[in-house]
Amino acid sequence: MLSQFDFSVFKPSLTFLWTGFLFSGNLTLIAMTGGIVFGTLLAMGRLSSLRPLAVIASAYVNLMRSIPLVMVILWFFLVIPLITGKPIGAERSAIITFTAFEAAYYSEIMRAGIQSVSRGQAMAGYALGMTYWQNMGLVVLPQAFRNMLPILLTQTIILFQDTSLVYAIGAKDLLKAAEIAGKNYNRPMEMYIFVAVIYFVLCFALSTIVKRLHKKIAVVQ
Amino acid sequence: MNYHWNWGIYLEKIKGGEETYLSWLITGLQWTVAVSLCSWIIALVLGFLVGTLRTMPRRGVARLCNAYVELFRNIPLLVQMFLWFFVMPELLPRNLSLWVKQEMPAKEFVTATICLGLFTSARIAEQVRAGIQSLPRGQSYAGLAMGFTLPQTYRYVLLPMAIRIIIPPLTSEFMNVFKNSSVAFAIGVLELTFQARQMQEDSEQGIETYLAVTLLYFVCAFVTNRAMSWIEKRTRVPGLISTAK
Repeated sequence: MLSQFDFSVFKPSLTFLWTGFLFSGNLTLIAMTGGIVFGTLLAMGRLSSLRPLAVIASAYVNLMRSIPLVMVILWFFLVIPLITGKPIGAERSAIITFTAFEAAYYSEIMRAGIQSVSRGQAMAGYALGMTYWQNMGLVVLPQAFRNMLPILLTQTIILFQDTSLVYAIGAKDLLKAAEIAGKNYNRPMEMYIFVAVIYFVLCFALSTIVKRLHKKIAVVQ
Repeated sequence: MNYHWNWGIYLEKIKGGEETYLSWLITGLQWTVAVSLCSWIIALVLGFLVGTLRTMPRRGVARLCNAYVELFRNIPLLVQMFLWFFVMPELLPRNLSLWVKQEMPAKEFVTATICLGLFTSARIAEQVRAGIQSLPRGQSYAGLAMGFTLPQTYRYVLLPMAIRIIIPPLTSEFMNVFKNSSVAFAIGVLELTFQARQMQEDSEQGIETYLAVTLLYFVCAFVTNRAMSWIEKRTRVPGLISTAK
């Protein structure tokens, strides 16, 4: 029962958990930045009039979206050392995996975003003599980003939760740190509860902020 | 890239055993399907219940159901798995706790199914709510004006339409269940991902192993997709819902 739990274990484990949290946070931020950049390029590829480019981009996105993330993590952890010829460690492997994987999800959001910008905008850009890249960079993408900002952030919250899956290759994220701390102090239950509370508070707070933002942006439209 | 290919690995026997690797994969597929289907049923029942209650005029009930959804949506699935597996038995009364820890049959399977079922139910509840709220207000007013009670209005007017509207998002949720079931490896369910890791370590033929497992996940996703689109076609109300696609 709850009475046999000893919650005093949280305090000494905080510094240890912090290093784990830093990794989870870093992984989220890097994968978000990289994922949005590559995702936008993928979305542009999918919407491109160059047929092979569109086919390759959509094949990549569909492939990533139909495999469980755990399997993708295992795949990259196995294949990257085979290509580079030397082991690169769970942490770096996780960063590459999440960037590549999240790019597929961000690209679907960006595709919807680009399609949400009215046709006349792009046409006006071309009529003014802009090149494709100028048109994208100055006219279409800024609006697409703005429209999709809440959804991009929601995806980032999901990404933050998903980073816990690096457990599969043993990278030291928040969850793994909590597990190790639980073992060290012989208080695994308390640490699992603690880490669940941390995730909940962070994700709930972030999603509440995103909801507010969503309302704010929706009015401008 | 110096990799030793061996495509016959599936039919070879595991180290120090009589089984073939193929039989491991088949066991894995069976557990994946079992966990996914069972938790899908739990998720549908609870998801529809909670999602419907969220649209009820009763403020208190709706708030409680919102809390339910937020709770399951804001904790990573893997952490939830650990909570159900390691922490939950401790919170039960003493006798029950001992039974769960020592005697409960297929402990890992049951835990994973409950966990994945509740996790998915929160996401379905969200979609059911959105589906019901997407219906014009007039629908429920009309039902009530005809003399239906509130439950009858839901049963005969709102839910039949809402369900049809949310079939496409439910389809992707159903496919997600199969993908999410892979997380159950962490508490020792012998499903596909577990078998993939085990076979990779045992056979040292990582690429062949993961290819086979990935392919099996593909098949699961494809079959669910086809099945749901069949249901969607069968339940379509002619002339009412756009026949897009």
